[in-house]
Amino acid sequence: MCSGRVDPEFVFRAFANGMDGVFIGGCILNECNYITHGNYHALNMVLLCKKIMEHIGLNPDRLRVEFMSSGEGNVFVDVVNDFVAKTRELGPIGEAEGISKEELASRLAEVRHLIPYIKQVKSDKMQARLESKEAYEGYYTSDEIDKLFSEAVSYYIDPEKCKACMMCGRRCPVEAIDGGKGLIHVIDQDKCIKCNTCLEVCPEKFGAISKIVSAPVPDPIPVEARAITKGE
Amino acid sequence: MDRVEGESGNFNVTLRKKPRYVIEDKCTGCTTCVEYCPVKYPDQFNQDISNNKAIHIYFSQAIPLVAYIDESCLMLKEKKCNICSGVCKNNAIDFSQTEEKVEINVGAILMAPGLKPFTPPVTDQYGYGRRQNVVTSMDYERLMCATGPYEGEILRASDMKHPHNVAWIQCIGSRQVDQTLEGGNSYCSSVCCEYTQKQVILTKDHDADAKCTVFHNDIRSFGKDFERFYQRAENLADTRFIRSYVSIVKEDPVTKNITIRYNTPDGVKEEEFDMVVLSVGLNPPADVQGLADKFGVQLDSHGFCETTSENRMKTSRPGIYVSGAFQGPMDIPESVFGASGAGSQIGELLDKRRGKMSVERVYPPEKDVSGEEPRIGVFVCHCGANIGRVVDVPSAVEYAKTLPNVVYAEEQLFSCATNSAQAITDTIKEKNLNRVVLAACSPRTLDDLFRDTVREGGLNQYYFEFANIREHCSWVHSKEKEAATEKSLDLIRMSVARAALLEPLQEFDLPVTKAALVLGGGIAGMTSALSIAQQGHEVHLVEKDKELGGMAKQIHSTLDKMDVQAYLGDIISKIYKHPLVRVYTDATITNAAGYVGNFITSVNSERGISEIKHGVTVVATGVDVYEPTEYLYGQNDKVMTHLELEQKMVASDKKVTDVNRLVMIQCVGCRNEDRNYCSRICCQESVKNAIALKEINPEMDIFILYRDMRTYGFAEDYYRQARNKKVRFIRYDKDDKPVVEATQNGGKSVLRITVTDQTLNQQIAIDADVLALAAAVVPSVDSKEISQSFGITLGPDGFFKEAHVKLKPVEFAADGVYLCGTAHYPKLISEAISQAYGAAGRALTLLSHDTVVASGSVCEVDEKKCIGCGACVTACTYAAIELKESKQGSKAVVNAVLCKGCGLCNAKCPSAAIQLKHFTDDEIFSQIDTAIPELVKV
Repeated sequence: MCSGRVDPEFVFRAFANGMDGVFIGGCILNECNYITHGNYHALNMVLLCKKIMEHIGLNPDRLRVEFMSSGEGNVFVDVVNDFVAKTRELGPIGEAEGISKEELASRLAEVRHLIPYIKQVKSDKMQARLESKEAYEGYYTSDEIDKLFSEAVSYYIDPEKCKACMMCGRRCPVEAIDGGKGLIHVIDQDKCIKCNTCLEVCPEKFGAISKIVSAPVPDPIPVEARAITKGE
Repeated sequence: MDRVEGESGNFNVTLRKKPRYVIEDKCTGCTTCVEYCPVKYPDQFNQDISNNKAIHIYFSQAIPLVAYIDESCLMLKEKKCNICSGVCKNNAIDFSQTEEKVEINVGAILMAPGLKPFTPPVTDQYGYGRRQNVVTSMDYERLMCATGPYEGEILRASDMKHPHNVAWIQCIGSRQVDQTLEGGNSYCSSVCCEYTQKQVILTKDHDADAKCTVFHNDIRSFGKDFERFYQRAENLADTRFIRSYVSIVKEDPVTKNITIRYNTPDGVKEEEFDMVVLSVGLNPPADVQGLADKFGVQLDSHGFCETTSENRMKTSRPGIYVSGAFQGPMDIPESVFGASGAGSQIGELLDKRRGKMSVERVYPPEKDVSGEEPRIGVFVCHCGANIGRVVDVPSAVEYAKTLPNVVYAEEQLFSCATNSAQAITDTIKEKNLNRVVLAACSPRTLDDLFRDTVREGGLNQYYFEFANIREHCSWVHSKEKEAATEKSLDLIRMSVARAALLEPLQEFDLPVTKAALVLGGGIAGMTSALSIAQQGHEVHLVEKDKELGGMAKQIHSTLDKMDVQAYLGDIISKIYKHPLVRVYTDATITNAAGYVGNFITSVNSERGISEIKHGVTVVATGVDVYEPTEYLYGQNDKVMTHLELEQKMVASDKKVTDVNRLVMIQCVGCRNEDRNYCSRICCQESVKNAIALKEINPEMDIFILYRDMRTYGFAEDYYRQARNKKVRFIRYDKDDKPVVEATQNGGKSVLRITVTDQTLNQQIAIDADVLALAAAVVPSVDSKEISQSFGITLGPDGFFKEAHVKLKPVEFAADGVYLCGTAHYPKLISEAISQAYGAAGRALTLLSHDTVVASGSVCEVDEKKCIGCGACVTACTYAAIELKESKQGSKAVVNAVLCKGCGLCNAKCPSAAIQLKHFTDDEIFSQIDTAIPELVKV
């Protein structure tokens, strides 16, 4: 496993668990033992996460990536000691930033919920390997991240149009669509990863699914109102 | 070893096996006997600095890790005591053992008896053995070591205090630097400059405020990456490298401090040090003549094994080979590839009998435990004192017992010892464990061993998890015992959580195409190709030039008078005559695909376009010569490189042989900012050409302007020979390079070379007829392309990067690809030949099998979850993933053979559909969630 395996979810999960800092150690840049240069992927991911942290009001210094050789035990020790000291200085997560526990939990939950969506929208950018560490300066901007959150899409099934054909439910990769034969389908917004699959597979003649941008999703229709009567 | 009879292919060897007085199978290595043994005598492994007992384990990682009884034992000497028999709980002591004679029949013999460090006599000026705070570098090595006499504390013998001001004196017993030193050797021991730099770095690690001073002659950082290593040591705070001969003036009668006298540009100075380390050289093994007589091999004039430049691994007796420092002083990588090389030559000799005596390892059938609840066994290793001294191991064991799914926990002294591993296997069966957590060292070192251990217990090998409480804990927190123990508990808890989620994975066998592709038709490539072909495998030898030979075509002899052209002619003819070797000249690689055991490479050569299927690849693509831009090269025809000089000498060109004065400048184009490495071979080349010119024209004035003469090993003798022939050596500094101008002297056009004479401390001008430049060896222009085609890496200097600089010098991180010759790093022809055989040896370990095993830890796609976005396909550098259409839309599919388990695709997948087995999201989440459980509960 390479440092490039580290997923944004690992980082935010740790913060959500109450960790005050997250450190990622990778091999020295340009000295990848393989052909992948996965440490650049790790760097890229960290820069993205730092911007997201800023967006939710967390100090981005709580996350650090450093690159060193497995033969440099002493460097590792120095770097970790420094990180621990700096993190101590920052103080407890949330509290130091003036965010209440509940508020922090809710912000982190939102971020974690959006990670699959961010991975889709930023896919190309997350893959790019630039020439050097310096070239990544300002790679992700605050505006970009703010927009990412404010313009996050949602999917909604129009109960008037849904014919309960189960097409979307079968294809949903995360089983976020409730409903069965004869029951109007409803998207569980907490589970949805916004992958657009349902919209793509909903038969054109029904056109029941729509993409909602920067607007709230209508409440799901009550369970008891979901049955479709034949011939209607 | 008593005697060797017979001949190559059929030797009868008689061995005498001394009694151990301990039954190997019964001894657990618990060392209780050692504790109770009343006889103390100096511990040889720790250089006699601390004491050992008559019954003891030779050193902490000995194999087998069991005790033996020494001649100093009271029971053996006076038939009394016998305490050990009483305290041994396993009845492993057996005084009835006697010496055994063992006769074995072998086809070939490999001698690897190693070396003996030089021991300075008590009577000489350094006073080793007389002055308590004068130690040898070998003593110091033990003092620094965690398993050393004071458990890693560097202490002075005089007052048991830490020295804060340490001096090293180089070349003790080497290079005849001190001609009065009894038993001193004429040769350079090749390794001392580097080990001293290592000791300086480690001393500063032990004590950041320590003052380190190294008194040296030339700094010989000629090995790969050594120049950078030297700079690292030199740039440490309070560290001085002083170029001076020294003498020891006195020992303070009270403080026992040592005063050293040395030269500085401002005159002679005296300085006091807390401790003095003598950087001793390398001698042949003890009783080397007796050893040579028994084996019937010849020794050279220095007492090492006699070999030739053409083959450093062959002794004078057919069927007997040599590797390691018995060939002559050498560093670890040379020793390792020489050993592989000797192995390959023995393989050639005994090829017809290959595999006839091997027995396939049979593991017990694997139990299917996938339906069972996790039953985890936790083993916590003391690693001798490495862990146990810092971490409270018993409390870690007790804690482990309280964790979910843990049904058993115990502590072990050294889990890696045969008996401890056996205990794990037995416990798996006895306690019906279905997962094992070992809290010990880094998986880097011993993961394979313990996977094997759980396999022996009837479990899938992936039901094993390491908690690293040594490198990540005891070693870095040695001064915070309580916190370290707490951290160990955290690490164990995280591992236990992960272990519960581990899944059994299957490794699979891939067929091996039993042919080799060798890139590069120089000496290294051809030697390697021939050795592989001699062992029955087809070889495709690819050369970019129109003919074979490589750089060696331009070299006529070596310093030790090897006839390079004769060797070259001979090997080229052998290559062309060998029925299994196919040569492709004027060739370019147009495409390279595949993986270990199954490569497919397309070559465009004078044979046309060929698609070659091969199981292994050997990279021997050589180097280029730097084309100087300095010292009027290219502007004045009196200025030439050494290769050009050699051509002219061979052609008896009077313009170089019949001149009055010739100057050579070393380090042209390397050891600078652009190329921060030493080209290793140039000092030998210059000395070789200087001696040859002196032989042709003894009247010629020859000057060699150098920074450090790096005639390592036996080449030192030739350096001395050149000096005796009145070749003048003038040292210059990196920041004060010689200046060359074309001018007139007495109506004759000459080159005027101005350089600072450091002895006189003034500028001198030399008017020369010829200037020869020791031009750097630079990576081949093709390296980058080859590295990309074959998925192998280049180091910071542009040479190919081996898998491990010391231990895997001919392998790459990519399986099935091997490296030899100067493509690895500049080296002498004899070294390139050794490494070429070494690469052949490693290639054969693969080619001699029908299959290779691919890892089970690869990626897998859950089709249901896959949204067909293709992010994983883009992320995969190995082209192991592709999108395939299905009824459910486009889905990613992994080719498990190509997947290397890096997991980059996982981090890009929006729906967690692709998972790296053994490192799945759930497995990693479990560790994150249990790291600080009290926080999670909040």
